[in-house]
Parts: sequence; structure tokens; C-alpha cells
Amino acid sequence: MPGFLLNRFSQSIVLLVIVSIIGFTVLNFMPGGPLAQFGLDPGMTQKDIERLAEQLGLNRPLWIQYFDWAWRLVQGDWGHSFRDGTPVLAVIGRHLFATLLLMGTSTALAIAIGSWIGIRGATHRYSLFDYCATIGAMVALSVPTFWFGLVGIYIFTLKLGWVPAGNMYTIGDGSVPDYLHHLILPSLVLSLVHVAVWSRYMRTATLDALSQDFVKTARAKGLSERRILLKHVVGNALLPMITLAGVQLPSILTGALVTETIFTWPGMGRLFLDSLGYSDYPMVMGLLIFSAILVVLGNLVADILVALVDPRIRLS
Amino acid sequence: MTEAYFDSSYSRRNALRLMVAGAAGLAAPGLLGTPAFAQKAPAKPSGRIVVGLGQEPTVFNPLMVHIEVDDGVHFSVFDALFRIDPKGEIQPNLAVEVPNQKNGGISEDGLKWHLRLRDDVRWHDGKPFTAEDVKFTLELITNPDFRSWRTAGHALVRDITVISPTEISWRMEQVFAPYLSFLTETFIVPKHILEKEANPNNAAFNQAPVGTGAFKWGQRVAGDHLELVANSEYFGEGPHIEKLIFKYIPDLTVLYTQFKSGDVDLMGQPYITADHYEEAKALANRVVTLVPKASFESFYLNLERPQFRELAVREALYAAIDKESIIQGLYYGVPTPTETFMPRQAIYYNPNLPAHAYNLDRARQILDQAGWMPGRDGIRAKSGVRLSFASSTTSGDPLREQVQQFLQQTFSQLGVEMKISNLPAAVMWGEFWQQSQFDSVIVGSTYLIGADPDVTNRLHSRSIRTKGGRGSNNAQYSNLEVDALLDQGVRSFDPDARRTIYRRVQELVRRDLPFLPLYQINAVQGNKKGISGVAPNVNTRTESWNALAWSWAS
Repeated sequence: MPGFLLNRFSQSIVLLVIVSIIGFTVLNFMPGGPLAQFGLDPGMTQKDIERLAEQLGLNRPLWIQYFDWAWRLVQGDWGHSFRDGTPVLAVIGRHLFATLLLMGTSTALAIAIGSWIGIRGATHRYSLFDYCATIGAMVALSVPTFWFGLVGIYIFTLKLGWVPAGNMYTIGDGSVPDYLHHLILPSLVLSLVHVAVWSRYMRTATLDALSQDFVKTARAKGLSERRILLKHVVGNALLPMITLAGVQLPSILTGALVTETIFTWPGMGRLFLDSLGYSDYPMVMGLLIFSAILVVLGNLVADILVALVDPRIRLS
Repeated sequence: MTEAYFDSSYSRRNALRLMVAGAAGLAAPGLLGTPAFAQKAPAKPSGRIVVGLGQEPTVFNPLMVHIEVDDGVHFSVFDALFRIDPKGEIQPNLAVEVPNQKNGGISEDGLKWHLRLRDDVRWHDGKPFTAEDVKFTLELITNPDFRSWRTAGHALVRDITVISPTEISWRMEQVFAPYLSFLTETFIVPKHILEKEANPNNAAFNQAPVGTGAFKWGQRVAGDHLELVANSEYFGEGPHIEKLIFKYIPDLTVLYTQFKSGDVDLMGQPYITADHYEEAKALANRVVTLVPKASFESFYLNLERPQFRELAVREALYAAIDKESIIQGLYYGVPTPTETFMPRQAIYYNPNLPAHAYNLDRARQILDQAGWMPGRDGIRAKSGVRLSFASSTTSGDPLREQVQQFLQQTFSQLGVEMKISNLPAAVMWGEFWQQSQFDSVIVGSTYLIGADPDVTNRLHSRSIRTKGGRGSNNAQYSNLEVDALLDQGVRSFDPDARRTIYRRVQELVRRDLPFLPLYQINAVQGNKKGISGVAPNVNTRTESWNALAWSWAS
């Protein structure tokens, strides 16, 4: 185990370095830069813009800027937002809750609904339910989420008036029912794609488990189908799903770019879009590294879990 | 259409206060402490107003580099020495009077400034506001390590002297009349808090500001909204509402939807989109009006391009632009045609400029007479120069793209080829714009700074970057008479003399056509019917400049 962890740790460091170099380079090659937005500000002269470039250190060669940023990061300093001077980690902290709430809810929904559909599809193979689930999954996977979001707002907000058009809560209210009310539409819309993915994977994994010898043995023992399913099939079918969940873990904290914008949800996805819009380099880099670390962690956690759950796999 | 000048109770009361202050004799400002005539509205501040914004305010230190949506917060939390009212007149705020050469506030040579300040102002933390705060503010702006927004004007200030807690003076390196206007946007920050900060750029104050304004900092939910609460100790009029909320809604359609649904009480920047204007006007219990802004849209030319050097070409192109069709057909009738960069509402506006008339025959005639004759390919040419050019604007702006296509067709009837070559905003307004690398650009811009008519930065030949200048004269316009007038204009404090000067500048620019003026931009602003005190002010960038006067009808 320690050997495995050390190995994964060093791989992760290399990965993070590569991600940060690519991110930094692409970001800096983006035309315009953080000061272009002031090009039309009547109050600012060329002198002001040159002064700001100097103060923000944008005049230095790119590689010096990178090493300066990376060295500070190693020391735990994630830098300050160009926009308002707030420490990057503080800004991330302010947006985490909103994203965790939305993504956590939608992921939980997706796992629950998706697993149920997948298992039922496998046990009732080629039934009407199975066909509907397959077609539904294909539609959910091919239609962009923002479309579902807009249609959802149109129907459930503008026409039926059941749910609010967006926002995390009503200003001045903010009670638990109020949060839940606002959570319904965006979390359902967001979970659609994941339900589709989960149900397909779950269906295949269940079918796979159903064809195993131990299922035949269980049947021969005279166990009920329900007991076979719960005790022998689902547990085995969930194994590959752990890896999938590991891949999806980062998104619970990094948020959904488009959905958060449509639903006026103050989460990480929108923070990323806004920071990109303002060419707020320290913010964008911070968010990039933050999600890279989560990806690495998500996969690591999944690997360890799989090894713990499945004694056949050895971490050597 | 509703024009700009709403009579606001704010300016009336302010004027009244001024008159009485004059009668009381300003030599004794101490007598003025919360005078009876400026009493707050009898009722306690009540209710809240939610302002919807399309961008998130994030910069709360008003001296730091920021964008338009931050202004509303600054105007509410802080005070400047002066305020500019909707008529463009400068009124005292933290200062007791507006200095000029007559009252001795500004010396005869225009170099020495002497201000008297109110003695009844307190910071939100209870500490008194004094001249030390003003000195600290002006010095912070020019601190080379501080990321300040605008340094023009402030950089000329020398020898700031605090004479007493209510008196301050300084000397200007050169005479600069626009500085008075600049000071209406220079919010005073507290010395006692900021002087303790090692790095003012990252100060905690910047995220929880303490001002003297009508509203105190409440709380902020990053990415969502910002809540300000009434400052019941405010020295001036207001506030009448208990809470002022700035709500961030990035998607413009959703922003409008929330205005319709009632979640948003008042539409802030970027207001209601033109395509919703008709619908919005018909909404029940909403007041939706066209509010003139200081910016105007122009067909901006690079005068160093051989195609545009000759005035005849510029005149012909101008005559070939069917402004009315563009405004009615593409812009839902929202903007107002203009002949100049100066907002119609400004006291310096020149109403006597020749009116544009769409006339293709005249355009052809001008080009024929000037010797621009159609070549074999149907495109006009003269001395080897084809009348062909590129038109650029920010890509992803469907309305401007339609304007381009419309003009492309009209110009082609004239034998003029216009190619459309649009760029993303970040590329567009970077080097491409600043280094005059374009042929022509469709751009909306504001020329005035804080309502001062000085446009040196845009039209003086000293401001051409490709010729070593440091301004934004990207058309590379150069006219000696305009230069001389602009130089004269910044040295004069006399509004009448300045009016003559800037009217003449507008006349010359209209004659020379370095850009073809299209229309002055109007914002489609809206608020719920019960809100009173909303007063558009073309001289500020924000709708929330006087939130202290807003109230709900009971």
C-alpha cells in the first residue's frame, strides 16, 4: 500500500505540473489579456493601463511569471484575484457551498435513479421499460443540458409557475424549504445526463453479474430472485461503478458551467466562466489546479475503494 | 420617449440646502450640522429594493480599477467631495461649497485649490471624517504600488495641506479645469482604516468597506448578491429604504425574466435589451423608459488609410448611411440619431450642427466630383487606391452584425466595397484598436470623463499612439484648431467660455468627420411602479447614483 500511494503521488505531481504549464500557456496566449476590458473606459488613459500591467507583473517574460506563480503555489500561496485582490482560495471557498449543494444533490439523484433504471432494465431485458429507458438515455445524452434547462424554465416556471426561474434562494428568506424549492429544477436537469450514463453502465454491469456462475448456484440453492438480486448481483455490479463515481467526483466540487449560468446559481462553474471572461489569470489557474487535484484524488479514492471492496485486486 | 431630465427630489432639496447654506454664510460651516431644512424623511427607512445587474460588482474599494457595475455600490457606500446632478451641475457633497475663481476656492491663476469640508460627517464606524481622509485618499491614488483606477488629474496635485479638520488646500502642477468633474467620481476613503494596511491592494477593507455614504456594508454572497443597509446617521438626505440589494444575474434573458416575475425591483446594467422594449413597456405595474446614456455609436474610421484620407469619401459614406432605417428596423427604435460625441443632455452640446440626411444620389455625386470613378470591377478608385475597406466590430453582437450587412449593401450600390471582419472583444479592443490597425470599426463609446467636456484623450493629435502619443485618438485625427481649442478648454474654469470652445470643437469634428456619428445610446430602464426617486443621470455611469433618494410609495 505505501508503495502504491507513493507511486500514485509522484504520478500526480507530474500530472499537475503538466496541467499547470498547459493551462498557463493557453491562458496567456488568449488574445487581449486582463487589461483589454479597460481599452474603452473613457477615464483610463494608456498611461493607466501601462501602470497596471506593471503592477500586475504582466510585463515580465512568460516563464518568469509561471515560475513565480508556481513557486508561490508550492509555498501555499494561491495568489490574489486580479479583479478585486481577494485571495484565490477565499474566493473558491465562497463558491464551494453552492456547487456542493447543487452537484451533490444532482449526483445523488443520478446514482439513485440511474441504478434503479439500470437494474430494472437488466432484470426486465427487452421489456417496454427497457426500451423506453434506452431511448430516454440516448435522448438525454445527445441533447445539451442547457436546452433541458431552458425548456424546464419555460414549462415549470413561466407556464406552470411551480418552481422559481433560478437563484439558490429567495433574498430575505433562505429557509430550508426555500433552498429545496429552488433546488428542484436545476438538480433534476443536471442529473438527466448522469442518470443516462449511470443507467447504461448499471444495466451492463447487472447483466454481466446475472450471467455469472454464482448466480446459477444461488438459483440452484433455491434463493428468491429478489434475494439473489440484492445479495449477489447488485454488490458485484456496483464494483465497476466505483470507478465511474471516482471520475465524477471532481464535478461535485467544480460545478456545471452552463447550468449554473442559466439558473443563476452562484457556484464554481459560473465563477470559472466569469474569471475567464475577465482574464483573471490567478483565479483561472487556481480553479484549474483545484479541479486537477480533485481529478487525481477522485481516481485515487476510487482505486483504493475498489481494492478494499474487491479482494481479487491487489495494490502492488 | 422619456427624456433625461427628471426632476428629482434629491436635486431640489440639494439646491434648497445650498441656497439656505448661502444665506447662513458659509464662513461658519459648523452652523450647518444637520440643519432643520435637510431633515430626513420622517418615516424610518423601510423596505428593500433589489437592483438586477448583468455583471457582478466585486471591487468595493472605490479607488481601485473597476468596472461600471461597481459604481452603484461606490455611490451608495461612499461620498465624494462633490456630486454631479442630472443637469450636469456640480453640487457640494463632503465639501461645503464648489470652489471656483469667484468664491476664491480656486486661485486666479487656476493653480491653487482651497476646500472647506463638512464637519458633521462620520464614517460608518463612528469616527469623524476630516480633511486628513481627503489628503490620504488623494495620495493613495497616486501611490505607485496601488492599483488605482484613474490617475489623470490626480497626478497633477502637489503640496496637499491640511489646514484644519475641515479645510484643505493643494496646488496643481498645471491648470486643469476637468479636475473638478473628476472629483465627483473620486470617493473618499477612511485614513484610520487603510493607513494600517501594509498592502492596500489586498486590504480586508476592500471586501468590507467602511464609508460615509447613505448605506453601510451589509453582507455579500459571492456570485449571487450584495446587501447594503441604511445608514440612519447619514448627514444628507435619505436613505428611505432599509436595504439596497444588488443582485447578479449573468444571463440577460433570465435577468429580464426576473424583472417580469418581480424578483428584481429595478433593472440595472445592462438594462433591458432593445428587443424586449415593446413588451416591457406594456408590463403591468412597471415603469419602463428610455434613458439617454453618455455613450454614442459611431462608424469610426482610421484616417491614415488612403481610402479615408479625403474628406469627400467620408462625406459620401455618411450620406449613404440610412440611420432611420437602422434605428427603426434593427434597433427597435431605441437609440436617438446624433451628429456629435457630446450627449444631447450636456450643457456643452451644440444643437446647431448640420443635420445628416440619407441621400445616395448625393453620395454618388460627391464621389464623382472628387474623382473616385468606378473601375472595371465596379468598385470606385482614385490614383490607384480602390474604395474598399474592412469593417470590424465585436463578434457575437448580432445587432451590430446586421448593421454591417445593411451598410455593406448600401455601400455596394455606391461602388464602395466593405468587407466584414469581426473579432472577439478581447482581440478587438487590444492592440488592434489601440494601435490603429483597423480600417473602420463600429464602436459605442463615451468621450466625456465625469461629464467634463474635455475630449483631449480622444481628439487631440497628442493622443495618437502610433505617433508617440498616449491617448485614445485611434482615428489618428489631427486638426490644429481642435488641438488649440482643447488646450484652451482645460485651462478655463468659466462655463460660458468653455461652452463656446466645445461647441466649436463639435462643429469642426462634424465637418471633418473622423468618425461618422450614428446615434446616442439609450438604455431601456425599468423599475416597479411604487419606487420613487429614481432619477437618470447622464453624467454618471450608473442608475444607482442616487439610491439614497429612492423610496417605496406607502
